[in-house]
Amino acid sequence: MDATNPITATGRTPAVSRVRSSRRVADRILIVASTLATLLGIVVLGSILLMLIVEGVKGFTPTLLTAPTPGPGSEGGGIANAILGSLVMTFIGIVIATPIGLMAGTFLAEYGKTSKIADVIRFLNDVLLSAPSILIGLFVYTLMVRPMGTYSGWAGAVALAIIAVPVIVRTTEDMLRLVPGPMREAGAALGAPRSLVIRAITWRAASAGIVTGIILALARIAGETAPLLFTALNNNSWFNANLLGGVPNLPVMIYQFALSPYPNWQSLAWAGALLITVTILALSVTARFVIKEQRQR
Amino acid sequence: MTALTQSVALARESGVAPRTAPSKTGDRLFQGLSYASALLVLLVLAGILGSIIYGAWPAFTEFGFGFLTSSAWNIGTEQFGALPAIIGTVAAALLALVIGVPISLGIAIYLTQLCPGWARKPVAMTIELLASVPSIIYGMWGLFVFAPLFARFVQVPVSNLVEGMPIVGTILYARIPSGVGVLTAGIILAIMIVPFVASITRDMLDQIPTVLRESAYGIGCTTWEVVRHVLVPQASVSIIGAIMLGLGRALGETMAVTFVIGNANRLSASIFDPGSTIASRIANEFNEADGLQLSSLMALGCLLFIITFFVLIIARLLVRRAKVA
Repeated sequence: MDATNPITATGRTPAVSRVRSSRRVADRILIVASTLATLLGIVVLGSILLMLIVEGVKGFTPTLLTAPTPGPGSEGGGIANAILGSLVMTFIGIVIATPIGLMAGTFLAEYGKTSKIADVIRFLNDVLLSAPSILIGLFVYTLMVRPMGTYSGWAGAVALAIIAVPVIVRTTEDMLRLVPGPMREAGAALGAPRSLVIRAITWRAASAGIVTGIILALARIAGETAPLLFTALNNNSWFNANLLGGVPNLPVMIYQFALSPYPNWQSLAWAGALLITVTILALSVTARFVIKEQRQR
Repeated sequence: MTALTQSVALARESGVAPRTAPSKTGDRLFQGLSYASALLVLLVLAGILGSIIYGAWPAFTEFGFGFLTSSAWNIGTEQFGALPAIIGTVAAALLALVIGVPISLGIAIYLTQLCPGWARKPVAMTIELLASVPSIIYGMWGLFVFAPLFARFVQVPVSNLVEGMPIVGTILYARIPSGVGVLTAGIILAIMIVPFVASITRDMLDQIPTVLRESAYGIGCTTWEVVRHVLVPQASVSIIGAIMLGLGRALGETMAVTFVIGNANRLSASIFDPGSTIASRIANEFNEADGLQLSSLMALGCLLFIITFFVLIIARLLVRRAKVA
């Protein structure tokens, strides 16, 4: 498009311009404004990363990854319990969400297709994709925390799973739709039943894309705080092996420690924030590369 | 058909059992499972609505419609009203749109029209990475980096400037220029919705046939004219959908807002003053609440559910099949 627009392409006005100056000014304003908008986005991301690195590195002590969170006002300690709690809950959440999301996405792409029920489910799944996560926290609180009478890692994991499912459904469906129809027909022509065609052919052809969906879901739930506030809560020690009672986790720990008046807690919050952001950005970048590969295939 | 009969006969003769059709049970089971999983999505959505209404019921019966218009929030006397939180939510989200939408459109235009080819992918990726940063990190950035700068370079000078003026002197006056407040929340929300709105808009602009664009340039249009008269009319419905999607996110965003809005329970006429949103109030008070307060928080959640789902449904109708965030 640059070639078709001599004014922007060369960056200077031709010697004899037939363009009225008001038009040129409007054009220049647009170009400057949109370039500035883009720069602003880049600067904000840079500023966030810079802040995390400057403040986060100070919090890296030898005991950071080995000791549990310290009590209020005390020195030392680490965030090992929060890291482990987050890993456990995220893992359980993904383990719950993957089969459900995969099967639901398969239904939409392979069985439901354009039927009315599939359209409704697809639509509401998209709505659920952007639903406020705090409402999911309230739902799981009513569903699990209140009947069980205690905060638990299970409730936290279920809340995370509910956030992960729509992401997996969506990417699975999109990726299965990219698989060409003749491949399914070839499988059916060999006498394979539909479920075998799906499992052995369509899923395999779309595997990289499906994995991307799971990674994206992982990146999404790893930093979620709001749904954990009323489900897993937090505590300042190692959690029970049965995951009952408050299970410490990075996001809620960061939330509580960052707003606390204790310097030691604040510095642990920064270290946790750096750790979690780097992990999530790495997951997102990985997902993008995998999905690119799938689309090119 | 004859070939099949022959081969079956051949198999019989040679003593090999003919291949039977695979059992239908496994096939049906698989289909049933996938159908059930899909229905589970509906069930979860219904469950969210049901559980929140169930939890909110005592507050709704106690306060009735007065809940919507009351601005009381008194734990001692058990009087609760939603008005300040509703206004805070809507104000912060609208501010986010006012600030965020022009930036998003600018980024989308830059990426599709102006960016040199080699830079397009890295720049697009940087903008999209903004969407993966967890909201709590935006909250920390907003509170510890942005708010002090905002207080010093915007709130203090602007307050000094407008002090005593009618209307502006109320809306833009910070009693305590601490940097946190409704406008700060709006700005942070704006940054958070930019990647979503920009990336959907960019996809929509990319889908417009190049021929349309090129013919406009061909008759001598400037970039501004191409954007204004060719691209925007073509993509307007989808862009409005993308904006609504951003609005849906801004309305329900919790953690970032909780950090920077100041969490005040009263209404203030100034956008520099602290306020609260539905989501931030739930996040702040839910764990310590019981009885009618808990139920009122649930009722706030119910209102948030209704508002955001209404917005999101309109958005999704306008943007059919936008990409996964």
